[in-house]
Amino acid sequence: MKLKRLQAPLSDRDMEQLNTGDAVLISGIIFTARDAAHKKMMELLKSGQALPIDLAGQVIYYVGPAPARPGQVIGSAGPTTSGRMDFYTPALLEHGVKALIGKGGRSRAVRHALQKFKGVYLATTGGAGALLAKRILAAEIVAYPELGPEAIRRLVVEDFPAIVINDSHGRDLYEEGRKNYAK
Amino acid sequence: MREIQVREITAAVERLCQEANYFLGEDIIGALQKGLQEEISPLGKDVFRQLLENAQLAREERMPLCQDTGTVVLFIDLGQDVRLVGGDFNRAINEGVRRGYLGGFLRNSIVDDPLGGRVNTGDNTPAIVHLRLVPGEKVKLVLAPKGGGSENMSAVRMLAPAQGAAGLTDFVVETVCHAGANPCPPVVVGVGLGGNFEEVALLAKRALLRPLGRPHPQHFYADLEKEMLEKINRSGIGPQGFGGRFTALAVHLETAPCHIASLPAAVNMNCHAARHAQVEL
Repeated sequence: MKLKRLQAPLSDRDMEQLNTGDAVLISGIIFTARDAAHKKMMELLKSGQALPIDLAGQVIYYVGPAPARPGQVIGSAGPTTSGRMDFYTPALLEHGVKALIGKGGRSRAVRHALQKFKGVYLATTGGAGALLAKRILAAEIVAYPELGPEAIRRLVVEDFPAIVINDSHGRDLYEEGRKNYAK
Repeated sequence: MREIQVREITAAVERLCQEANYFLGEDIIGALQKGLQEEISPLGKDVFRQLLENAQLAREERMPLCQDTGTVVLFIDLGQDVRLVGGDFNRAINEGVRRGYLGGFLRNSIVDDPLGGRVNTGDNTPAIVHLRLVPGEKVKLVLAPKGGGSENMSAVRMLAPAQGAAGLTDFVVETVCHAGANPCPPVVVGVGLGGNFEEVALLAKRALLRPLGRPHPQHFYADLEKEMLEKINRSGIGPQGFGGRFTALAVHLETAPCHIASLPAAVNMNCHAARHAQVEL
């Protein structure tokens, strides 16, 4: 296990040095989006309209955070299941997204698109929402406020921890991990 | 006949919503500490470290353990000598949920119409209520907020009686392995066996309320729980699916009588937290 630091947004060069099983610490700017926001962005892409955020080089974190208490930046903010976003992810990668953060396996189509468009899929610990919230220094709604927890938020993160599941070379930690430890 | 004001139900539900979301059970903390010591995969070990730290932070800062503060599932054992007064019982329950979620900075995760607008109800209502009438003049409330990620990986299968214990074990292990990393392993697995189509799912959910480490009272079923846990943990899925020995912390099985033609089985998946809180009024 290698620990690597990433500054978001990301570049193709960042992608090349990341391998399945690496632990990463992300600092910089990332965006949140989950089911409803993906659906809305997809409708815009299909009709050729501009998206509320520029996707080039961006990291998308699948999270619907809990509300912040007064004085807090954000409430608990752990990952949601990524598979539900599989329908939308190849199109977002095609439009320049470099990394996705969530939990759980991705479809063959997503894994293929990660290779084709040089992207990575990262997992962070599901069920550690309070801990992960501490790595978020600022949060601001930038689109779809009517969606509540599903609105798109711009987050400033510092040392946000994640593990590389699918790298841009076609490997998959969920498959490899299972093989390594099965008895 | 004892009279209970429904506003007492509201207050209890409000408190339980918050307790269940902020405080991880001591039984689960113990299981995570065991996992931290015994997990051989480095990534898996780190998951245990994070989950323990997360539980401590949540407790100290009254933050929900997970941003998915769930659907409120409420098990009520209502004494038959109780008379509920002062208003509508169901409204009182949902008022408690509303206050608990809005006042406790818990996420609202319920949408009104599954295929219609899917508009968030804004206060996490309505709760799903399972009511039993029992002897006596007390009311017992057990509130279990249930996250969507693990719920989505759950399954019901109507087995043939001839499939027996082996058929059940295959179904349970297959369901957990198919779920992989989605339900946030290490998981707690609730298994229902018997009853009928709808009762078996409820048995599986009730199984999640049992304290971790307490086996089924009948030796035969306790052994079956152990066997299923061992098989699941041989899968290699491990904490968060990163690979490792701890895919599940426990398998809890609940049974009920069933029809001569049937062997209904259900698996209700839960993340490590198996959140619940209870009170007796």
